[in-house]
Amino acid sequence: MKKALIPLLMVAVLALIPYIGVRYAGLGYLFGIVIPYSAMAVLICGFMSRMADWLRRPVPFCIPTTCGQEKSLDWIRQDKLESPSSFFYAAARVLSEVFFFRSLFRNTRSELHKGSNLTYGSNKWLWLGGLAFHWSLLVIVLRHARFFFIMVPDSLQYLDDADRFLDVTLPAFYMTDALVLAAVTFLLLRRIRDARMRVISLPTDFFPLFLIMAIVVLGISMRYVTKVDVMPVKALMMNLVNFTFEPPGEIGTLFYVHLFLICVLAIYFPFSKLMHMGGIFLSPTRNQANNSRAKRHRNPWNSAIKFRSYAEYEDDYREKMKKAKLPVEKQ
Amino acid sequence: MSKYAPKVSELKKEFDEKPTILKGNYLDKEWWDIPVEFREGNWCFPAKPEVLESLGFANPRKWAATDQDWKLPSGWKKTISEGLKSRLKKYRSLKLFLDTCVRCGACADKCHFFLGTGDPKNMPVVRAELIRSVYRNDFPLAEKILKGFSGSRKLTTEVIKEWHMYFNQCTECRRCSVFCPFGIDTAEITMLARELLNLIGVNNNWILEPVSNCNRTGNHLGIEPHTFVQNIESLVEDIEDITGVTVKPTFNRKGAEVLFITPSGDVFGDPGVYTMMGYLLLFHHIGLDYTISTYASEGGNFGMFTSNDMMKKLNAKMYHEAKRLGVKWILGGECGHMWRVVHQYMDTMNGPADFLEQPVSPITGTKFTNAASTKMVHIAEFTADLIHHKKLKLDPTRNDHLRTTFHDSCNIARGMGMFDEPRYVLQNVCKRFHEMPENTIREQTFCCGSGSGLNTEEYMDIRMRGGLPRANAVKHVKDKHQVNSLVTICAIDRASLPTLMNYWVPGVSVYGLHELVGNALVMQGEKKRTEDLRENPMAGFEDGEEDDE
Repeated sequence: MKKALIPLLMVAVLALIPYIGVRYAGLGYLFGIVIPYSAMAVLICGFMSRMADWLRRPVPFCIPTTCGQEKSLDWIRQDKLESPSSFFYAAARVLSEVFFFRSLFRNTRSELHKGSNLTYGSNKWLWLGGLAFHWSLLVIVLRHARFFFIMVPDSLQYLDDADRFLDVTLPAFYMTDALVLAAVTFLLLRRIRDARMRVISLPTDFFPLFLIMAIVVLGISMRYVTKVDVMPVKALMMNLVNFTFEPPGEIGTLFYVHLFLICVLAIYFPFSKLMHMGGIFLSPTRNQANNSRAKRHRNPWNSAIKFRSYAEYEDDYREKMKKAKLPVEKQ
Repeated sequence: MSKYAPKVSELKKEFDEKPTILKGNYLDKEWWDIPVEFREGNWCFPAKPEVLESLGFANPRKWAATDQDWKLPSGWKKTISEGLKSRLKKYRSLKLFLDTCVRCGACADKCHFFLGTGDPKNMPVVRAELIRSVYRNDFPLAEKILKGFSGSRKLTTEVIKEWHMYFNQCTECRRCSVFCPFGIDTAEITMLARELLNLIGVNNNWILEPVSNCNRTGNHLGIEPHTFVQNIESLVEDIEDITGVTVKPTFNRKGAEVLFITPSGDVFGDPGVYTMMGYLLLFHHIGLDYTISTYASEGGNFGMFTSNDMMKKLNAKMYHEAKRLGVKWILGGECGHMWRVVHQYMDTMNGPADFLEQPVSPITGTKFTNAASTKMVHIAEFTADLIHHKKLKLDPTRNDHLRTTFHDSCNIARGMGMFDEPRYVLQNVCKRFHEMPENTIREQTFCCGSGSGLNTEEYMDIRMRGGLPRANAVKHVKDKHQVNSLVTICAIDRASLPTLMNYWVPGVSVYGLHELVGNALVMQGEKKRTEDLRENPMAGFEDGEEDDE
């Protein structure tokens, strides 16, 4: 499994860079200030420019994939979400993909049985794993926002409380930490263990998984094992958001590794498949209304085509048409 | 059976011997290391030079996919890479679909060709990777730096051979797109890939000859106007023999209210002709003021399988003829890809049709607001409305000799969203109806395996494999409910499914929906009906027996 090992090795090497840089070369300023700013700049500019790049390309045709009954006769019940006829429902369709992975929920697993029989069983593991992974990441990112506020807003505090309501360890255990770790492990294992997934996976599929896994493991170990002092971390983050370029205080090296890998992820993001985060909103098979017979969709570059006109056709077949008693324009 | 397909017992054995759907062991192999192998039954004959010349298409020559040298034109690499670049600029869909895939694998086992061949390159994700790998090599800068890491490769003749093979093992059915969390539509990628291949003369005669015919004569089969009329007239005679009723279709008649357009397969092919007889009976029954054109005598559009420009060129005839004849609106027959074109492309490409009126059923007064702009109504919508308003005199027991199931055609299902109208019609004209399993119908329907211009004899091996999932579902209802009739609303289905059924599920016949309507219609002045439109005896109506009603 070379294509899985190389990305793993890459993440390990990337993790060593800040470790050596901070611990032995004293480059705290570089890894605490310079790289985070640069990474954020790349992420924001890169993301925006990729979105702009997609948006400036035209959508010549109305091509929704219809997954339900279209709007037709009054007494036939339309599936408004899967075959939307208005902008509102098309938007709802896209949002149901974004928040609930609706299409993935349909997933089945085909199996071949004796007598060349095929069966299609419901298979929701990918949906569940994907949902757990993405929602946990979102909650974790939001939780981290507490580092950027002097007074933590109530909404974030509620989210934080909800996430650790189990209250089983000290410090209180976050459910999303366990969830994301389980989900990322699942997503990784299925790429390695399933023969079909092995064929389709590329190193670029393993790399972000290993990267996120490393970030999560470092975060967890800082909180529960090495118990990093969060005060200087918060001070550094406050400095970053306030654009005061003061050197960071004494923080454990593990934190720098954690932060650096996040920066790597941020830089990698706009150039990779991770852009599916923005792309999902633009997919023309999902975000268009299925109303192309009721309302004309315009193509900005509609090519000028010369077709064979009736007159040319009649010129070629006039005698035969007359014999067959077909009406003709010219005698 | 065709010499281009293995014996059914051999194929069954092959399936029984492999434990999983994916064939072969890929532990230390990448998909791009597997060579393409053309053999009998897995490639379509290339377009004849004269066909290409008549269309003004590139690189007319004699060649075969099994040749070592495909005689690609000089500068073909530039043609492809510039062609791809320009299409990426014109289609957000293409760009997005190449960029956003995360290779989650949800699509992998949704493709009928993958299920039937077990070939990893038939997983939709890999099919798209065939282009992505080249695109990544040429385009985004960062990926270029990370070459090797991102799975990119150079454009070579081997790649072109691979494209030819696998973009012709996709029927543009869009099933994968239903399951993709980003809605990535392999049909879109295949359509544009075939456009590119046509630029360098890598093509399929079974697509391009109909295109050329359609351009010249108005229909795919190349039927000239007088023959077209003669053939429908012979159907009129058959109708008279069976029912005693004389129907009176008109041709190229100015001032008719409705222009009726259906695939030419309904005029010439068996069993499509029976569907045509059904239409003719229906129109006669309701007294519809309609005409049929010999110039716009093709509903289907093989341009769709060639290039978007060709699709537009062939489709333009419909509005052009409707305008010339001064009809109010257009009624379209049963066809799959025709309706993808009419529903999703026609108005954009060749509209606005402001010389037509919003379609209104002259019988029921129903306004077809869903076709307000295109002004073209699907026959299943039209008939469902007639039945709903009780305007048809139907005797569904006349179809008692048929135990039916309904095959949703890919384009009607996933490119239009019409599911309930044909079922409503079917259940009103036939009492015995059983659905196939839920993961094989409606939006999850399986392709016949021969769509998008692959319905050719020399492609039989791949067709029979690709059709396996559909055949399997039919077999299920045959075993469980003794189903003997597969009803469909697509001309390619009517042409290809009989072969598929003969191969995998003998004993099941293929019907068009309006053939069953024609059987059930109680016509004014008809003689005692004992036979259906195929001249098969109808159960309970045999000669000499008392009629129940």
